[in-house]
Amino acid sequence: MSDVKFSKEHEWITLEGDVATIGITKHATEMLGDIVFAELPEKGSNVEKDGTAGVVESTKAASDVYTPVSGEVVDTNQAIVDDPSKINEDPEGSAWFFKLKMKDQSEMDSLMNKEEYDKFAKESAS
Amino acid sequence: MEIKKTSLNKLHQINKAKFVEFAGYEMPIQYSKGIIEEHKFTRLHSGIFDVSHMGQLFIYGNESLTEELEKIFPLDLKNLKQNSSKYSFLMNEDAGIYDDLIITKIEEGFLIILNAACKDKDFEILSNLLGSKFKMNLDNNRSLIAIQGPKSVEILNSIINGIDQLNFMTGNWFDSDNQKLFITRSGYTGEDGFEISISNDKAEKFVENLMEKGAQLIGLGARDTLRLEAGLCLYGHELDINKTPVEANLRWAISKSRLSNGGFIGSKKIMDQMRDGSSQLRVGIKPEGRLIAREKTKIFDNEDKQIGEITSGTFGPSVKGPIAMGYVDKEFSKVDTKIFLEVRGKKHPANICALPFYKKNYVKGLN
Repeated sequence: MSDVKFSKEHEWITLEGDVATIGITKHATEMLGDIVFAELPEKGSNVEKDGTAGVVESTKAASDVYTPVSGEVVDTNQAIVDDPSKINEDPEGSAWFFKLKMKDQSEMDSLMNKEEYDKFAKESAS
Repeated sequence: MEIKKTSLNKLHQINKAKFVEFAGYEMPIQYSKGIIEEHKFTRLHSGIFDVSHMGQLFIYGNESLTEELEKIFPLDLKNLKQNSSKYSFLMNEDAGIYDDLIITKIEEGFLIILNAACKDKDFEILSNLLGSKFKMNLDNNRSLIAIQGPKSVEILNSIINGIDQLNFMTGNWFDSDNQKLFITRSGYTGEDGFEISISNDKAEKFVENLMEKGAQLIGLGARDTLRLEAGLCLYGHELDINKTPVEANLRWAISKSRLSNGGFIGSKKIMDQMRDGSSQLRVGIKPEGRLIAREKTKIFDNEDKQIGEITSGTFGPSVKGPIAMGYVDKEFSKVDTKIFLEVRGKKHPANICALPFYKKNYVKGLN
């Protein structure tokens, strides 16, 4: 499995073969607060890099979830739809959002590594 | 304009508040534990709310003041006992609501608690209506602190002995730390609780004292989920200048004795609507599933005709599901009517339901 990469919209992504797993970062969940609703893309649908691919809602507001890469949705995590509080508990582990079969793996190149993302998150929060 | 701060601002910071601007004030939306934990703590234990941004308007006068105020408010103020409170409205001639408020008869006149965003305009309207006959003071030297939840009576009574004798919607002056506090048994969470009017310089120490006894600070975020579960209106959402108390399903707040002769601002419209009904009504709404329908979500019938709009919607932590309030055409206002909510371009089923979503726990009377 590849190293974790991060987007400016606060998604994380890992790649295994040509299948990417995508979720939202711990930093994003801290900004959102208690998550009470999650909507995921439909299996079999195609999503485009930087397009919306879901929604999370906290007690306060709704936020779009973007996909950092393009591809076909091959799996979604029903567990976080049934119990959205799991997203706050383990955002960068068991609470992944969806898996994509990637078309163009070079889309990973422009994403940030952990160190770059932590710096970005710290700066965008202040 | 510079953002205003309440006398508890430093204490909010120490307790790691996330701040938002609300009605020109820097107010805590939540603390480190988050909205859901704060909400649950209030329902189970005791939450402290800084509501110092709200207006505390003292109007001084005797019988002639009571008469003048009866020309404004739809209340039987002549028979309102000293230290008793009523929920009411400041309205225009069309019964549109400028503000909703709590008015308490005190020895020297009346104390009116006003919404933060409305208080300056309310003061102007009331000044114009009352002229210069009565002394009015929108008191910026006092803070307002609410303590809400089942343990609040015990905690507050351990600091100010005797507050446990107050009935719901009554108040009194109490002495503490060489100063006078005006305390009412009231609140806006659906829980038993109190609101304490205290001078600014004593507020921080007083709240620290409550915290030492086990109460915790709660932000505006949880205040909103608590009041929504309790089916209570929030000005600017359920209530505004284009809504009347009858449309808002608040008929109970209009004194029956004032309906035969009217004589208050907006009375003609109120009496017409009380007799004929209004075309729209405020209702409780439960979306099916987990979907949250926020303010301004459009409401449809099963034939795709728009029949109303959501005014507040969130996830109710005690209800453990999504809840909302909104206005619908009268014929769709019955409990269990199926409706559809348009969220992100799709229509989702929901049902009209009875209010409150969460059954309240007020202490009514002690005798």
